[in-house]
Amino acid sequence: MASADEIQKQIEELQNKLDSLKKNARQKIDKMSSEVKDSNPYSRLMALQRMGIVKEYERIRTKSVAVVGVGGVGSVTADMLTRCGIGKLILFDYDKVELANMNRLFFTPDQAGLSKVDAAAKTLNFINPDVTILTNNYNITTVDSFTKFLDAIKTGGIDGQPVDLVLSCVDNFEARMAINAGCNELNLNWFESGVSENAVSGHIQFIKPGELACFGCAPPLVVAENIDEKTLKREGVCAASLPTTMGIVAGMLVQNTLKYLLNFGNVSNYLGYNALIDFFPRMDLRPNPQCDDSWCRQRQVEYQAKPKEEKETEVEEVQEVVHENNDWGIELISEDNNEEIKPNAPMASSGLKHAFEAPVASQQSNTIAPTVSDDVSLEELMEQMKSM
Amino acid sequence: MVDAGTKKTLQNIPLLQTRASPRDKDLWVQRLKEEYQALIKYVQNNKTSDSDWFRLESNKEGTRWFGKCWYVHNLLKYEFDVEFDIPVTYPTTAPEIALPELDGKTAKMYRGGKICLTEHFKPLWSRNVPKFGIAHAMALGLAPWLAVEIPDLIEKGIIEYKEKGETSNS
Ligand SMILES: [Zn+2]
Repeated sequence: MASADEIQKQIEELQNKLDSLKKNARQKIDKMSSEVKDSNPYSRLMALQRMGIVKEYERIRTKSVAVVGVGGVGSVTADMLTRCGIGKLILFDYDKVELANMNRLFFTPDQAGLSKVDAAAKTLNFINPDVTILTNNYNITTVDSFTKFLDAIKTGGIDGQPVDLVLSCVDNFEARMAINAGCNELNLNWFESGVSENAVSGHIQFIKPGELACFGCAPPLVVAENIDEKTLKREGVCAASLPTTMGIVAGMLVQNTLKYLLNFGNVSNYLGYNALIDFFPRMDLRPNPQCDDSWCRQRQVEYQAKPKEEKETEVEEVQEVVHENNDWGIELISEDNNEEIKPNAPMASSGLKHAFEAPVASQQSNTIAPTVSDDVSLEELMEQMKSM
Repeated sequence: MVDAGTKKTLQNIPLLQTRASPRDKDLWVQRLKEEYQALIKYVQNNKTSDSDWFRLESNKEGTRWFGKCWYVHNLLKYEFDVEFDIPVTYPTTAPEIALPELDGKTAKMYRGGKICLTEHFKPLWSRNVPKFGIAHAMALGLAPWLAVEIPDLIEKGIIEYKEKGETSNS
């Protein structure tokens, strides 16, 4: 048993630690200042304005971004946006911090066991108390949670409007398709991001419903690593990860987010990263008129109906991109003929490939006829299954 | 790719017709009926061929599924709870089948005990939307996973045989 004196001493030590933590936290700042002094956390960001890179940098405080998935890419993404002084961040994840995550950036071992969103919010608030951070601890792919997710991004803007951008930092196809469905329906722009399971490539993809291919328009486009499938050992593990690849992909994601939100430079529609040869392929992806997602098709019709001028200004921007990219021998899709990438078209020259073959429209022959009889009720079927 | 046995199993499971997710109220009920019919047929097939290996049931909305699956190794039957939710993007995306009690015991799992599927599963599933249903996911996803992982886990002493009546939670 510890003596009363020892306990008293421990209390004092803890009190001192607590005081020093409080002292280190900074106060909120009402207005971003461009004054160059050690105590101004925004001076280097505001310098972007002085140098003519960004007009009115402080517009970033009026922007709200949803980050779905706060893992290796999402946590670093949220960290970067927080340091850039974003107005509001809405975090989504249903996972807990684990020691197995420590090969990635951001989280620390003492946070093991905490929910990722709560642990992240605490660190982010400490880094920059000016950012409003909301947390959502659920799996967006389930029916009930998906409704909550839609509400959160529909009303998550600074003024109750929809969020300015959704960033997908999830690690699975199901969640990406859920974000895709939600953003097509709500007509929200979003970025998809991904790192390959072998950790040596990644990509970001900008999705503007109706204008750029949605995530369901074709099988996912990924970086071709040219690793012989036979030499790729998948036995025994699901996925590898590196803090480097994740950090680079998060950097690509946030860089393009800043360019989009603050209107500077060219936003990449698709940017890949092949870590083995340090290659960054770029690409434009047009929507598939036969996309399975009915909201995607609807958004395509709306986009086509838009006044020409509005579209032309956007075309100009992209043409600049075409010029830049040709130096690297990357094939781009021409803007004028509005041709979409054929799901199985060879893309070897681009350094990209589809993750899997597109579904074939033809019927399969090896099937037995489905026996859908309307005279049985669902309850009867449930009962029959239960009694087997 | 898919082995001959699995292929034959798949061919004997009725294909589904209705493309509907739980968000599509009435159509979803139709899809659910097809799901149950395919599952009932699959379980009947298994019983006939003396390879019965799972039971499933769902909540009344058909959005959450749970049940048991088992694997026989050296004449001993190893049984596990199985569960999954139907994702909002179903049937475009397959359900993520989970065996929660094995979470953390094998690297071939994602968080929450979701099984790590082979690289062949997703392409095959996506080529067969909306014809593949839960029964196909079980045959193509969980059955091969159990066949590879369970003997390995038993050999490594990570899972042990339990007498009937014992709870499956360790
Ligand atoms: Zn689409």
